[in-house]
Amino acid sequence: MATTEATLEAPERAPALEHIPHDKLVIMAWSGDLDKVWPTFILGTTGAAMGMETTIFFTFWGLFPLVRNDVHITGENWMQKMMSMMNRGGTEHLKLGKMNFVGAGPAMMKKLAEEHHVASPQELLEVARDLGVHLVPCQMTMDLLGLTREDLIDGLDEPAGATSALLEARDAVTLFI
Amino acid sequence: MTETIAKTLDLKGLACPMPIAKTAQGIRDLQPGELIESLATDPGSVPDFKAWCISTGNELVEQTEDAGVFRFVIRKKG
Repeated sequence: MATTEATLEAPERAPALEHIPHDKLVIMAWSGDLDKVWPTFILGTTGAAMGMETTIFFTFWGLFPLVRNDVHITGENWMQKMMSMMNRGGTEHLKLGKMNFVGAGPAMMKKLAEEHHVASPQELLEVARDLGVHLVPCQMTMDLLGLTREDLIDGLDEPAGATSALLEARDAVTLFI
Repeated sequence: MTETIAKTLDLKGLACPMPIAKTAQGIRDLQPGELIESLATDPGSVPDFKAWCISTGNELVEQTEDAGVFRFVIRKKG
C-alpha cells in the first residue's frame, strides 16, 4: 500500500445520478462462441464493478463455457456424448462465431488479446466471481445436454429455470447475448 | 489542499474492463472518505472512470495525464 500525497485541484465535478432507473443487470448468455462469451463476461464484470446486482443465466450453448476445462466428454447417452465431442466445453476451448478456421481464428484472437492486454474469458470469469456476479446454469439445458453439476466449474449458483431468470429480469437491464 | 492517498493501483497496460474492475476490487477495503489512486494507460478509462463514479457514487476528485499515463484519484463514497 503506497502512501503519497495528492494535490487536489478540483476537476470538473461528475454529476451524481440521483435517479438511476435500474441497479440490476441480467445477462442471458445463450451463445458459447468465444466472441460472444467475451463481451458477456466483460459486461457482467463491469456491471458488478459499477455496483449493479448482476446475474448471468447460462442457457443452451452458453452453458458450455462453464464446463470445467479438464472435463472432456460429457453426457449420459451417445447423442449427448457426441455433442460434447464436437463442441468441447470450458473457457479454453471456445470457438469463434465467424472466421473460426478450424481453431486458427481463436488462436489469433487470443494472441491479439494477449498483445493488447485484454483479459481472457477465464480471468474475467474469476474477477466476476470475486465481485459477486451470480452465475446461474439453466437446469433444463443441463438435463438436455446431460451436463451434471460435477462437469461444471465451482462457484456457480444453484441451477434454475426460465421463471427465475425472468423474475430477476423484471426490474433489471437485460441483455441477451 | 493535500490529503493522504490510502492505496495506489498500477493498472498500466490493462485494457477494458480491467482498470475499472480492479479499482472496484481495490476500493473495497478502504474506509468511506479515503482516497484511492488508479494509474491506467487505456484511453477508454477516461470516460469509464467518470461513468463508474457516477454509477457508484464514489467521487472523482482528480484526473491528470502525464506521458500517456492517466491518473485518477477517487474518494470512496461516505
